[in-house]
Amino acid sequence: MSTVFIALQANEDTRPIIEAIAADNPQARINEAPAMVKIDAEGRLTVRRASIEDRIGRGFDLQELHINLISLSGNIDETDDELTLSWHA
Amino acid sequence: MDMQVAKKKLGLKEKYQVMTRGLDWEPSYQKKEDIYPYASYEGIKIHDWDKWEDPFRLTMDAYWKYQAEKERKLYAIIDAYAQNNGHLNVTDARYINTVKLFLTGVSPLEYMAHRGFAHAGRAFPGAGPRVACLMQSLDEIRHAQTQIHALSNFNKHYNGLHDFRHMHDRVWYLSVPKSFFDDAVTAGPFEFMVAIGFSFEYVLTNLLFVPFVSGAAYNGDMGTMTFGFSAQSDEARHMTLGLEVIKFILEQDPDNLPIVQRWIDKWTWRGYRVLTLVAMMMDYMLPKRTMSWKEAWEVYFEENGGALFKDLARYGITMPRCAETIALEKDHLSHQAWGTFYNYGAAAAFHTWVPEKEEMDWLAAKYPQSFDKYYRPRLEFWREQAAKGNRFYNKTLPMLCQTCQIPMLFTEPGDPTKICYREVDYQGSKYHFCSDHCKEIFEHEPEKYVQSWLPVHQIYQGSCFPEGTDPSAEGFDPLAAVLQYYHLEFGRDNLDFEGSEDQKNFDLWRGQATKNG
Ligand SMILES: [Fe+2]
Ligand SMILES: [Fe+2]
Repeated sequence: MSTVFIALQANEDTRPIIEAIAADNPQARINEAPAMVKIDAEGRLTVRRASIEDRIGRGFDLQELHINLISLSGNIDETDDELTLSWHA
Repeated sequence: MDMQVAKKKLGLKEKYQVMTRGLDWEPSYQKKEDIYPYASYEGIKIHDWDKWEDPFRLTMDAYWKYQAEKERKLYAIIDAYAQNNGHLNVTDARYINTVKLFLTGVSPLEYMAHRGFAHAGRAFPGAGPRVACLMQSLDEIRHAQTQIHALSNFNKHYNGLHDFRHMHDRVWYLSVPKSFFDDAVTAGPFEFMVAIGFSFEYVLTNLLFVPFVSGAAYNGDMGTMTFGFSAQSDEARHMTLGLEVIKFILEQDPDNLPIVQRWIDKWTWRGYRVLTLVAMMMDYMLPKRTMSWKEAWEVYFEENGGALFKDLARYGITMPRCAETIALEKDHLSHQAWGTFYNYGAAAAFHTWVPEKEEMDWLAAKYPQSFDKYYRPRLEFWREQAAKGNRFYNKTLPMLCQTCQIPMLFTEPGDPTKICYREVDYQGSKYHFCSDHCKEIFEHEPEKYVQSWLPVHQIYQGSCFPEGTDPSAEGFDPLAAVLQYYHLEFGRDNLDFEGSEDQKNFDLWRGQATKNG
């Protein structure tokens, strides 16, 4: 299974997002680099709006992710509730 | 950030539908072929433009909201960095040469990307790709502007940044990135999307921005880190557009496959050759290093690109063949490139140097197969010579590759002791190439590449002297005249870092910043 990844800036906005991703994707590996965090996961990775909202205590629009996003890989599917990265092969 | 999330009237999918397809219309009194004259000549067959979808489902209203937030954050940091003399916090003044290379070589490409996406967006008959291209076109002009703003702060204090736009169109090594993008924007809209949207943005851009920007952060350059990450936040969307375009084209018609595969092969190689500059920046120009070029290539191309091409195999797409050559070059690329710039350090708008002992040890550890054997002895020899007052500057001009325009510095695949030369006879002239891949690109479109503006040829033809120069005058100095034409000041912008004005000023100012004068 190939690896997908999402890379985010390391700041106060993304700390709860990274926590949420780690909690929702047990297979994910968190790699810290200067000023950024790269999260790798085998095959598939999901970012859930509800998990982020639980941590920040307010409503969150998944499109807010764009502000601190650095890079990603895989095929993307985004709905109001989830952003999923995956490879077909 | 504290954003209020308003209660939604439409879900993401419906809103995307309404704000893209819903704003489109069918022409009634003009023919579609007349409105979109570039949509079919490349041979790509599209049957249903509505099958194209942006997986982020970003619409223009949301686009403005998030881009405005990015700009507010960016400019707050850039202002604070400048007010606080942040430039004195970089590791050492050698670092600043990376931003010189970036401003002269990369920022003008952002502007060309703006133009290219505006043009491609206009050319596509589908509303989905048109909206996505519009956003990317706006992103790219933002990247050009924010880079120029952020780096103008360095121009107040250091040499070589004063006329980047003028240099971009003239200086010999800058013809490499310039001709790469000019090649892409003069292709048809589909080829442009595969060249820049897919091959560059999706397959290669991580290699430019992620190590460079993370490296800037690691070396204390908050201004560059900030514009870099701000640009990169748009990049995720661009990469997605690039991948969607490929999938969309391939799903539309089986006849599209061979055309797309050829473009992927061509543009992966073209883009990789441009990244030669990034390779040497990572291994030689960052005083504190994050990862080696070779490691970055393995993570972002071999691992990530490998997963991508495995995914695309269901359409019949295969890994570009040049990947095999690149794998053989990864132990050598940065060393050969830096050696060349060290040679031609009198004609470059940034400083060059021999790495310090600990830096060479780092290189030896990262490149156990190649550094000590092939490259350390040469660097040590140059250092000895420089210590004796014989800093070596090459005064002859190199032969350039007709396709990538890089001097013929690369070695034969598998033999790092022998320079790789290829040639083609075409209509009575001989053309030279750095590699089989550049040669094949030429052979497929010779009409295009015979037109290359090769800086060395142009210098020999007398096209690169200031107006009114008389090359037949007594004591004419061709190098001096070429540097004047470049707006490059001899003794300030060029030569070795050791003894440069940048080095002296940085030491002086940093001294003043840390103690009372
Ligand atoms: Fe850009
Ligand atoms: Fe070449």
